[in-house]
Amino acid sequence: MNNLLEVQNLTVKFPTRNGMFEAVRKISFSLGRERLGIVGESGSGKSMTGRAILRLIRRPGILEADHIKLEGEDLLQFSEKAMRQVRGHKISMIMQDPKFSLNPVMRIGEQICEAYRLHAKASKKEAKKKTLDMLEKVLIRDPERVYRAYPHEMSGGMGQRIMIAMMLIPDPKILIADEPTSALDVTVQKEVLEIMDDLVRERGMGLIFISHDLNVVSAFCDRVLIMYAGRVVEICQADRLHEAKHPYTIGLLNSIPQLEHPVEHLQVLQRDDAWSREPSVNGVVKREQAS
Amino acid sequence: MNSSSELSQKGSGWREWLLTDAPASRRQARLSSWYRSWLAFRSNPMAMFGLSILFALLLIAMFAPYLAPYDPFIQDLAARLSAPGTGGYILGSDSLGRDILSRLIYGSRITLYIVSLVALMAPIAGLFVGTAAGYLGGWVDVVLMRITDIFLAFPKLILALAFVSALGAGIENAVLAIVLTAWPPYARIARAETLTIRNADYIHAIKLQGAGALRIITRHIWPLCISSLVIRVTLDMAGIILTAAGLGFLGLGAQPPSPEWGAMISAGRKFILDHWWVATMPGLAIFIVSLAFNLLGDGLRDVLDPKKSK
Amino acid sequence: MSRDNKTGIELAQVNVWFGEGEERVDAVIDATFSVPHGGSFGLVGESGSGKSTILRAITGLAPTWSGNISVLGSMLGKERDKGFYHDVQMVFQDPYASLHPRQTVDHVLSEALYLHGFKNPDKRIVQILDDVGLEQSFRFRWPHQLSGGQRQRVAIARALIIEPSILLLDEPTSALDVSVQAEILNLLTRLRKERGLTYLMVSHDLAVVSHMCSEMAVMNQGEIVEMLDVEQLRGLKAKHPYTKELLDASVQKRRGKP
Ligand SMILES: Nc1ncnc2c1ncn2[C@@H]1O[C@H](COP(=O)(O)OP(=O)(O)OP(=O)(O)O)[C@@H](O)[C@H]1O
Ligand SMILES: Nc1ncnc2c1ncn2[C@@H]1O[C@H](COP(=O)(O)OP(=O)(O)OP(=O)(O)O)[C@@H](O)[C@H]1O
Ligand SMILES: [Mg+2]
Ligand SMILES: [Mg+2]
Repeated sequence: MNNLLEVQNLTVKFPTRNGMFEAVRKISFSLGRERLGIVGESGSGKSMTGRAILRLIRRPGILEADHIKLEGEDLLQFSEKAMRQVRGHKISMIMQDPKFSLNPVMRIGEQICEAYRLHAKASKKEAKKKTLDMLEKVLIRDPERVYRAYPHEMSGGMGQRIMIAMMLIPDPKILIADEPTSALDVTVQKEVLEIMDDLVRERGMGLIFISHDLNVVSAFCDRVLIMYAGRVVEICQADRLHEAKHPYTIGLLNSIPQLEHPVEHLQVLQRDDAWSREPSVNGVVKREQAS
Repeated sequence: MNSSSELSQKGSGWREWLLTDAPASRRQARLSSWYRSWLAFRSNPMAMFGLSILFALLLIAMFAPYLAPYDPFIQDLAARLSAPGTGGYILGSDSLGRDILSRLIYGSRITLYIVSLVALMAPIAGLFVGTAAGYLGGWVDVVLMRITDIFLAFPKLILALAFVSALGAGIENAVLAIVLTAWPPYARIARAETLTIRNADYIHAIKLQGAGALRIITRHIWPLCISSLVIRVTLDMAGIILTAAGLGFLGLGAQPPSPEWGAMISAGRKFILDHWWVATMPGLAIFIVSLAFNLLGDGLRDVLDPKKSK
Repeated sequence: MSRDNKTGIELAQVNVWFGEGEERVDAVIDATFSVPHGGSFGLVGESGSGKSTILRAITGLAPTWSGNISVLGSMLGKERDKGFYHDVQMVFQDPYASLHPRQTVDHVLSEALYLHGFKNPDKRIVQILDDVGLEQSFRFRWPHQLSGGQRQRVAIARALIIEPSILLLDEPTSALDVSVQAEILNLLTRLRKERGLTYLMVSHDLAVVSHMCSEMAVMNQGEIVEMLDVEQLRGLKAKHPYTKELLDASVQKRRGKP
């Protein structure tokens, strides 16, 4: 199996009045046809990493890397026009804030249809049918109603599922999902994760799953990168997340409330400056060409 | 932090104070955000160019008596229609022998007067109507928007013409007519903007503090609509100057002998073939000022438009 | 309003719907529960099942409802007066959407104080920032200069600064990472203890609800299908099939892949 994506020494920085602020510092990882989780606290650079892969860092942000290779081709060498082809077609991204990404004064159905027709050049009728299918697939009750509704009429979790439905349309090679299930209850979450799982298994898609829910990542992903202050401080097999060694990861795990073990006072993470000075852990996995 | 304060030289204390990430008072926070916008604006050379033209125009209007070489109303029939550069007339003289440069300089006062009145009244009227319609919705929205549509359905100049002919010619009436024709697009913009924010949680949150509709509209919705209106107004300014000039041209705006630029073109058109400068000079002035407003508007859009800057 | 009554919030046969005729959506059907004064009650359930809508109906943001809602012993009508908003405040689901983008933290808090006619705004703002664990240097920052967790604290400060006795919390931590979540939950626990607040809290995370609340209602498709107390929840003693499924899924999620 080949690597779909290889990122080497990725850095994202912002010039500020007090010098350069490095949101992501020299991180390297690869993605095969697998589910790669990225976890870490708020502001640790998870979303920036996702955006950087699509070269969506807005000015004055600066993106640097040795390479970002999509199936062997370096995305950094692509023209802006070629990148537009990559975005949405080969790599799609579910942005963190569903309500920001939807047009507040346009019906949801029209927005999805438009996205679909842009991609598939289908007729209006086909697009509508496909849209309703999509909504049904993400477990939205009464898709006909949602089709005609406006974004503010949706609950938090419905908004998130609509974004997921939209991103599944183009059948991408890589899906970057930025906190796609944070507003979903466990039962719906399970179904949505299963949809993504199917895509990885059946179509051989690569999935980058950004989340702060350590339990979900540990149960759902194959490998996990743990980020702190723009660096990867630890990489584990997802099912071994609970055996993690880095004090930061342990601190995060300890601050989760637990159903079976009630406590009066939740443990709060105590940060250590040394964590942000350690070099990034290399997350590239060399994979042999399938014969 | 340390290195930047070591680097700081004399005179940059106030600048650091303005650029701080942790302002210590209400005033500092406000000034700081203005200063940042100003810095962003300043980095756009075309916008700065537009701004400096307008600044120059303001100075010219203020100091017109000192700048103008002649009295704009004094006629010298012996020197009528002298070409630019001859007889001491830098931009030539018109059909009554009045100095065109002096008339342009004095005319800048009229132009600024019209522009500032329209720029104040039309967007504010539009803001009121648009935000009220968008926020209150229901029949208020329907009624206000139908009225807006009726105004929009007529071509601007023709509507203004109708108003002026009903009200009588003159600058004030011209201004009024332009305002009456200019507000509907602002109302539409304000309404569209309001529709996108009225269901936002932060508006709900302020409702839950017990704020009434009037306070929500004026204190919480207006600040979000104003930037797009300011941009639109500066971009429209050229059109407003031209409409005013057009009314002047048709003899319905400023009345002779007032040195309004449009009226000057109108008076010069009879001589356009033989004495080109009479109509061209005021035309050029209109062109330059319109251009300046356009450049300014473009620059403001880069600074203020949240969709682009964020 | 009289505060000697023992109930904080009481709902009886509450229905909430949106739209008319063909378009009508019944978001909440026949909801009945009560939260004692000083108590803490959780609402859990499927996404889109009407949890946020119940909070909106209480606060008057969802105008079309029927049934009886009473708060601190007095029945609510269609209109809410200022006194009501003095007693009841809400923290919204999404900290990225609940702060005005052009207002500093100070502006947000002083507007709340102004609307309720408080004296001494400066002193109160300094105090509340302290209470929610924000440094004073945050006072004049704009929302875009704050992280998600900091924004949520500002939202909590805005709700608390006018000293309500009831707090409606709509998924206060779902957008936050676990370390910030722990800080906010600790903060809420502490404030409730110190001020004797009543909480009505929506969450889809059963662990969070069990940490914060002593009782909860489980919702599915607009209806309350089951009421549980914390012991029943921890003992996984559910009766309704949906609740069972919910509990199973939560436990599975914790234990790794099935
Ligand atoms: N335009 C900008 N200028 C300066 N710093 C920025 C800018 N945009 C983002 N940052 C900073 O980059 C860092 C990384 O942000 P990012 O959005 O990747 O965080 P995250 O890990 O996704 O956090 P969350 O879980 O809250 O979404 C943050 O500390 C943020 O403050
Ligand atoms: N303004 C509205 N107009 C029409 N329907 C609405 C409106 N607001 C909410 N709804 C509908 O009411 C139902 C319940 O929504 P609600 O926001 O209460 O769900 P929720 O339980 O909070 O879900 P989540 O956990 O996903 O936030 C949904 O089907 C939603 O589409
Ligand atoms: Mg993020
Ligand atoms: Mg909700």
